[in-house]
Amino acid sequence: MLEGKDLACVRGERTLFNHLNFSLQEGELLLVQGANGSGKTSLLRLVCGLMAPEFGEVLWRGEKIGAVRESYHAEMAYFGHAPAVKEDLSAFENLDFACRLAGIPVSRDEVKGALGHLGLGHCLNLPAKSLSQGQRRRVALSRLLLAKARLWILDEPLTALDQAALKLVQSLLGEHLRQGGMALLTTHQPVMIPGIAPKILDLSA
Amino acid sequence: MNMTQTVMVLLRRELMLAMRRRGDVLTVLFFFVIVASLFPLGVGPDPKLLRLMGGGVVWVSALLAAMLSLGRMFASDYADGTLEQLILTPTPPVVWITGKMLAHWLVSGVPLILVAPVLGVQFGLSNEALGVLVFSLLLGTPVLSLIGAIGAALTLGLRGGGVLVSLLVLPLYIPVLIFGAGAVDGAMSGLGAEAHLSLLGGILILAFMLTPWAVSAALRISIE
Repeated sequence: MLEGKDLACVRGERTLFNHLNFSLQEGELLLVQGANGSGKTSLLRLVCGLMAPEFGEVLWRGEKIGAVRESYHAEMAYFGHAPAVKEDLSAFENLDFACRLAGIPVSRDEVKGALGHLGLGHCLNLPAKSLSQGQRRRVALSRLLLAKARLWILDEPLTALDQAALKLVQSLLGEHLRQGGMALLTTHQPVMIPGIAPKILDLSA
Repeated sequence: MNMTQTVMVLLRRELMLAMRRRGDVLTVLFFFVIVASLFPLGVGPDPKLLRLMGGGVVWVSALLAAMLSLGRMFASDYADGTLEQLILTPTPPVVWITGKMLAHWLVSGVPLILVAPVLGVQFGLSNEALGVLVFSLLLGTPVLSLIGAIGAALTLGLRGGGVLVSLLVLPLYIPVLIFGAGAVDGAMSGLGAEAHLSLLGGILILAFMLTPWAVSAALRISIE
């Protein structure tokens, strides 16, 4: 399904990684590990198509992602360092607009349900600037519930989350994978998903 | 995927954000009024002189005010990650970029057009010249948003981006200024404004067709 072939990434003068290969099938989880600055975020940005690799290619269902951009992006959800939450909009408006802009038709109840599921039911209509960092990240994560993407690309999804949210995210991941989804994620925290043995991609090696 | 729908959603979001940050919109408007009002103080109160330069002054002020608002076009979306998410939607980038430009014009171009007649009256422009001034701004200010978007996209995330935008974009605004101010001039001297206005219209159509592609390429470079 998702394949990286002979990928190389150069930032400035520095080669972050070279000859990197990986593949991801339905129901699989790929954990990208490595020290700070080893190129984890760059790899994720390469895979989702925000950056072009110096060398090599990323394939989705056997085709280069550049050639199938629209269908690839329709099936992929990316969660980056910045949560893409507008401070002047409420949690509800943030999620509602994010889904509509991505072309996902959602009803008011679905949006409320997704936010409620992530424990934001009591602050739906508060402007996001009055939410904490962790709550903003929860708003961003709620997008995953509605996007119904096959492939999740998550960059440090667990930072700034409390214990309850950590558990919740891991159970969401488990559910996604059991339904045949795929996930590519970087994290410094241990990820425990019952019944799923993650593949590991170590960039420091 | 329905593209007009995406543009409508984006417009609604941008207008809502502008409503919540009314200060930003008003700053640009006041800047416009103050710059135009400085000229009579600088060159003296001779009515003949003021009437002669009124159109040009309003146009130069509009250019500077448009410049002031360019920084906001993509910067906050870039900082909070919304821009990445927009790029990763299945919608072709030129579609939502067009929406962004349109929203920028509605928020920072249209208020200028509404206030311009008041400034024109201050300079003693005739009724006919006032009409031409408004019409030329109606054709010209969208071009300022369209071309300005290229500069705004190219300077995303750069230190001192604001100054750089001016250096990049002001030279490109020159044709708009020449034909915009020229139209008002033509109306006042009795030569007629049609030629200038048609040229402005032509520039608008050309910019509308080409700039979204340029902005799309510029954003790709900036986001890497």
